[in-house]
Amino acid sequence: MAISSIYSNILNEHNLRPSHRGSTEGATQVLEGVNPSCGDDIFLELRLEEGVIKDASFNGSGCAISQASADMMLDLIVGETKEQALHLIDIFMRMIRGEASEDEIDELDEAGLLKDISHMPARVKCAVLSWRTLKEMLEKED
Amino acid sequence: MRENPYRKDFPIFDNKGIVYLDSAATAQRPYAVLDKERAFYENMNANPLRGLYGISVEATEVYEHARERVAGFIGAASPEEIVFTRNATESLNLVAYSYACSFLEKGDRIVTTIMEHHSNMLPWRLAAEKTGADIVYMLPDKNGKFPAEEISSKITKGTKLVAIGHVSNVLGVTNPVKEIAEAAHGVGALVVLDAAQSVPHIPVNVQELKVDFLAFSGHKLMSPFGIGVLYGRKELLESMPPFLRGGEMIDSVSAEGETFAPVPHKFEAGTVNAAGAAGLEAAIDYIENVGFDFIGETERRLTEILFEEAAAYPYFHILGSEKPEEHSGIVAFTIDGVHPHDVSSILDGDKICIRAGHHCAEPLLRHLGVMSTARASFYLYNTEEDVRFFMEKVKEVRRFLGLGD
Ligand SMILES: Cc1ncc(COP(=O)(O)O)c(C=O)c1O
Repeated sequence: MAISSIYSNILNEHNLRPSHRGSTEGATQVLEGVNPSCGDDIFLELRLEEGVIKDASFNGSGCAISQASADMMLDLIVGETKEQALHLIDIFMRMIRGEASEDEIDELDEAGLLKDISHMPARVKCAVLSWRTLKEMLEKED
Repeated sequence: MRENPYRKDFPIFDNKGIVYLDSAATAQRPYAVLDKERAFYENMNANPLRGLYGISVEATEVYEHARERVAGFIGAASPEEIVFTRNATESLNLVAYSYACSFLEKGDRIVTTIMEHHSNMLPWRLAAEKTGADIVYMLPDKNGKFPAEEISSKITKGTKLVAIGHVSNVLGVTNPVKEIAEAAHGVGALVVLDAAQSVPHIPVNVQELKVDFLAFSGHKLMSPFGIGVLYGRKELLESMPPFLRGGEMIDSVSAEGETFAPVPHKFEAGTVNAAGAAGLEAAIDYIENVGFDFIGETERRLTEILFEEAAAYPYFHILGSEKPEEHSGIVAFTIDGVHPHDVSSILDGDKICIRAGHHCAEPLLRHLGVMSTARASFYLYNTEEDVRFFMEKVKEVRRFLGLGD
């Protein structure tokens, strides 16, 4: 599959018109994730209430892949429990390594479109940035 | 459209069908170099410099012949002034550890520029830390030019070392090395020239430029990976302690101590890369056969075409000089609304190879106020078709990302 097919209309939509860009009122967690080598930079804000991600947002700058990936991720995890979010992050990380099944990738909804990023080693860290940051936030919770 | 008569010498173009615009990172290799390296392993492979039997003598001769060739190529007074290293980075580290760390003192000044590749910056920082010397950066304008007073106000009494790049790997600008060397020598400082981006493209003569040390990498001038060069004035090299210690760099070793081999062998510890040196010699032969006139003319013409096409496309911004001839075939650029990594990934879909990121020159990008850029760079094998195809595809990048035109 051609590398450039990663840039689907859906990815472009998330990059150009993200629904979660901004800030979260009453955020309980805030964390910055950076990829120093490319200058990608993401601030995640979450409002976690009784183990459920009630609301979340991101801010920052970077390539289309890092920004769209963050937006897709937030689409997926808002409203989910912390455990479910960690489960989805785990699938995403395994998908990037080419180790997730089709059924698992289906659970990721639009974020599953990033599965071919595994053929672009230099861009993996762009796709993973927000997921890695979210994982760190949720694990810090404990 | 003129054919490029040299392109057929490079097997990768037939094998991969790529549009290669990243020669500032590493050049492609012609058959002549690949054949020479292979011939070494097929016909005279033995550990060089031991010389107890026929092919080892041959291996040694090939290695030393390459050294003579390099000396002639950059105008060194003698082959003893040529030390083989792995690459420019190692060459610069050698000077930093063996010269700067040994001879600089607290309060001495090291002058470099904010435009340097990290490889010509971090070694000097280390030397400054170890010796207590101060490090001072000359700041260029946005085109990479140093105002005269920037040079005269920074290279002052107390300056012991001036480390500058010859051609910037981001802006493509050529520094006025002779003037800087004159200023440096005027205050008793030595000059270290990072010639990684110049030696492949323009004639470089260490005696005309009056530099005391010069570093470059073979791989940017089409030789195999893993062979680089440090030029150093003989009396300087002789005064310096070894960088690495071990085999091949000693005269004799006893339980009590050791005496070192004469230069340049004192700086070539361990088994040397004779096949790489042979490949480097073949690359120099190749370059001289093509000629710097052709190289310069090709790079200038292709850069001109790029500039012309870019002028008609408002979203495309070139860093550095507005004059194509001042770019040394290197064009760093940004596209409005698009991250450079997306530019390179999208172009990769059309087999166009360009660089994106900070190009190991983060302080320069900060100085210029940009986070990262994409970069296209040309070499002697590139064609008009390469640039036109590249610009055609570049103009599609924004549309590709859903940004309209
Ligand atoms: C100006 C400059 N200096 C130094 C280097 C370092 O070269 P190498 O990585 O071969 O040691 C490079 C190459 O990237 C360069 O462009």
